[in-house]
Amino acid sequence: MAAIISDELANETAPPRPHRKRRSYPVWRWIILLLTAVYFLIPLYAALRFAGIASFDDVVHQTGFSDALILSLKLAVITTVITLALMVPTTIYVHLRLPRLRRLLESITILPIVIPPVVLIVGVLEVSPGYLKSTPYLLGLVYVILAMPFAYRSLDAGLRALEVRTLVDAASSLGARWPSTLRRVILPNLRTALLSATVLTVALVLGEFTMASLDLYQTFPVWIVAFDQTSGPVSTAASLLALFVTWLFLLLIVAVGGRRARRTGGAQVDLISVTRRDTVR
Amino acid sequence: MTAKAAPAAAPGSVSDPGAGPRRGWRPALRGARTLAGVAPFFVYILLFLGIPTAAIAAGAFQNPDTGQFTLSNIHTATHGIYLHGFLITTELSVITSVVPGLCGLLIGYAIYTARRGAILRRVAITASGVFANFGGVPLAFLFIATLGTTGLATHWLTAIGFNPYENGFNLYDLGGVALVYLYFQIPLMVLIILPAFEGLRPAWREAAQNMGAGTWQYWRRIGGPVLMPSFLGCLLLLFGSAFSAYATAEALTSGTIPLTAIQIGSFLNGNVLAGQQNVGKALGLGMVLIIAVLMVFYALLQRRAARWLR
Amino acid sequence: MEATNISSATAASVPGHAASGGAPVTLRQVSRSFGTVRALRGLSLEIAPGELVALLGPSGCGKTTALRILAGFETADSGTVTVDGKDIAPVPPAKRDMGMVFQSYSLFPNMSALENVGFGLRMRKIGMAERRRRAREQLELVGLAAQANQFPHQLSGGQQQRVALARALAIQPRVLLLDEPLSALDAKVRLQLREQIRSLQQRLGITTLFVTHDQGEALSMADRVGVMRDGSLEQIAVPSELYTRPATAFVAEFVGTMNRIPGELTTGGQATALGTVTDTQSGCADVSAGAVDVLVRPENLRIAAIANGNGIVTTRTFLGSVTRIHVLLSGDVTVQVDVPSATAAELEPGASVQVSLDGSPVQVAERP
Repeated sequence: MAAIISDELANETAPPRPHRKRRSYPVWRWIILLLTAVYFLIPLYAALRFAGIASFDDVVHQTGFSDALILSLKLAVITTVITLALMVPTTIYVHLRLPRLRRLLESITILPIVIPPVVLIVGVLEVSPGYLKSTPYLLGLVYVILAMPFAYRSLDAGLRALEVRTLVDAASSLGARWPSTLRRVILPNLRTALLSATVLTVALVLGEFTMASLDLYQTFPVWIVAFDQTSGPVSTAASLLALFVTWLFLLLIVAVGGRRARRTGGAQVDLISVTRRDTVR
Repeated sequence: MTAKAAPAAAPGSVSDPGAGPRRGWRPALRGARTLAGVAPFFVYILLFLGIPTAAIAAGAFQNPDTGQFTLSNIHTATHGIYLHGFLITTELSVITSVVPGLCGLLIGYAIYTARRGAILRRVAITASGVFANFGGVPLAFLFIATLGTTGLATHWLTAIGFNPYENGFNLYDLGGVALVYLYFQIPLMVLIILPAFEGLRPAWREAAQNMGAGTWQYWRRIGGPVLMPSFLGCLLLLFGSAFSAYATAEALTSGTIPLTAIQIGSFLNGNVLAGQQNVGKALGLGMVLIIAVLMVFYALLQRRAARWLR
Repeated sequence: MEATNISSATAASVPGHAASGGAPVTLRQVSRSFGTVRALRGLSLEIAPGELVALLGPSGCGKTTALRILAGFETADSGTVTVDGKDIAPVPPAKRDMGMVFQSYSLFPNMSALENVGFGLRMRKIGMAERRRRAREQLELVGLAAQANQFPHQLSGGQQQRVALARALAIQPRVLLLDEPLSALDAKVRLQLREQIRSLQQRLGITTLFVTHDQGEALSMADRVGVMRDGSLEQIAVPSELYTRPATAFVAEFVGTMNRIPGELTTGGQATALGTVTDTQSGCADVSAGAVDVLVRPENLRIAAIANGNGIVTTRTFLGSVTRIHVLLSGDVTVQVDVPSATAAELEPGASVQVSLDGSPVQVAERP
């Protein structure tokens, strides 16, 4: 094969010719996104206008507001505590020692989608003993079922990014007993996932309308709808407040999660894992 | 809980779950402890999900007064106004899954083809996440303020000569509810379809170009077919989401719209005809079955998508 | 196990390919920057028809950028690229008639192997029957006729890359571009595919540009190898010349193993190290006289077991016919010396040895 050395070419001065292909910047992309933005922002604006600034201040003073909000918060706490108490050990144990149960667990987390809240509450009210039905805290117990898939997904993602099995083996090879390993190695690294699971659960409970209204207890969303009869603007203001608070929570997870992930190299909790569904609608 | 006497990978140790003969009482205890750790979860599921569901399934076939087996509930649930309810719900779910499906696809494509790291992308993705979490009560109020009889957009449209309410539109009936559903179904679709887009390897696009394919040909022969299982799966999810939705429609219409979910709710709080107390359970059973079938198809589609996008 | 049967046909009778394979390719002063990073600085390269040139270098040296500019997926900021004498800058990638094999997983997942290979033909509006026939021919060429109806996820990594090669060749390109096609494969498969790609390329006589960071691949497959660093071509030559007469210190150390020994460079252009004086190679002209590092290959060092020598053996690595002895010299310098394994017995760890140059011309570099 002829071996042409290209040194002489290197010494030539070639005329500089910019070969920048014109990048066609499609306008359509901007049009679509702009139209979408309009469609989504107008209702927000309309609601703000309708409610009026005054309503935001009024909201807090209305009858039933604080009771409803406090009830919702209490339920949120109950649900979160139970959910985490159930899901954390379960997810960890399945991940570490019972991998065969994994598919079963994943199938179970699909169940709340298959058995929608409106149907579930019918069944729950059917079989619950009287003493439970007469307290709103029954809702707190049932909400755990709704929160369970989201908690599982957060924790599972966190565990998977962590390579838990390797860490546990390393810890035990260094002499750690199980409780220590759990406390010092696993849980600290799950902080983001735990935070995410908590926020999702709280947001879910605070927004849950279906079951609460059918169980005839006045949680915050139920109160909002009922109050509409009295004052539309106030209800609208309360809705907007609820929305903004939820958003703040969600952005909080993403922000904290992102920063942590950069430090510990763990999984990014993205908004995709953070969507709620069903019962709020 | 360490396997004191054993080196790594001893039977029953953490790195060797459940394999090999158990020696000594410590490993056995570990096994018991593990089961004890997961048992509460399963018991809870059984209590709060399993039993209620069984009650519904059983009640659907029971005569409410005598407790005897009967098919009359099922019969009522599949005829007359309840059949109507199923049909309307299906119609609504199809519209609010296909339309958002296509819109979401388009928006997802716009985001996907935008320059990486551009502000546009990040804003769009964050916004989608945020709007997908709308729903229920707050959403209903937002739309009442926008397109209700005295809503802002209604006012604007009337000002330019087109009053929607005089042209067949009504926020408080099926069309209006569908419009509201779009508000959270579209972002949901965008969020679900984006990872599927991201799964399209750039090498495929470049290889196709290298082979002489233009943009249209690429999408037609490669991009489209590869995305199809994910897209269909998303449609199923959207359908299920719309089918079982209750809060938005209830908050908007106060139960005056013939949707299955609303009808089920009415059995708890509304006036129930004598002898029909268990029809609500039959309706519930029907809803569960429909969604279960959808989920089976969804799982199959996901498996196909996973195989190709590996 | 990969089936290594490529049908043995002579160049003239290779099915599906015209007798003359390739077109000449010229890059002239091609530059490209990404923001503040200058990926290519005035790269000039000529590839003769039918020649396989490998671009070798560490990641970030610009080799992939050069390939992608040739393919049309990037545009050069300045400089010209011509194929067969014609400037191809205004030609979009879809029309450049070049076959490209990507690093991994570029097969279309929704199509069988046969459909993948026939895709380029379909884009050229070739009818179905003809398309299938030719695709099948190409698959036979790479020994995968039996897998024609399998889908990519059913094929191993090596098989996928062979299908990708068949796909690139099916369109009878004038130029073949290979972007680190073997990097994602197991070592054993890599070696097998090396031979297959090279023999196929030679029989078809297609002008080929091959990008890699693995010098073994480059040196064993290419007609000429271009070593790149930081966007420039340091040296382009036949493999043996790169090895024995590296033009710069970077090339000397990048290709093969090279020892760095403190020494002196005289004004007369002679190098002194380990008590020996030798000539220097051309290409060291820009190194100033004085204290320098002398670059010597392991096989160009002599070693003998002697009491009170200038070094102590630290480790010994058996490499087959040759054993590599690691020696710690005074001044905390470690060198590697290759000796025939038969004579390595007495060179045990801890033994005192004397290491010296064997007299062949050496390369020198500035002392860092």
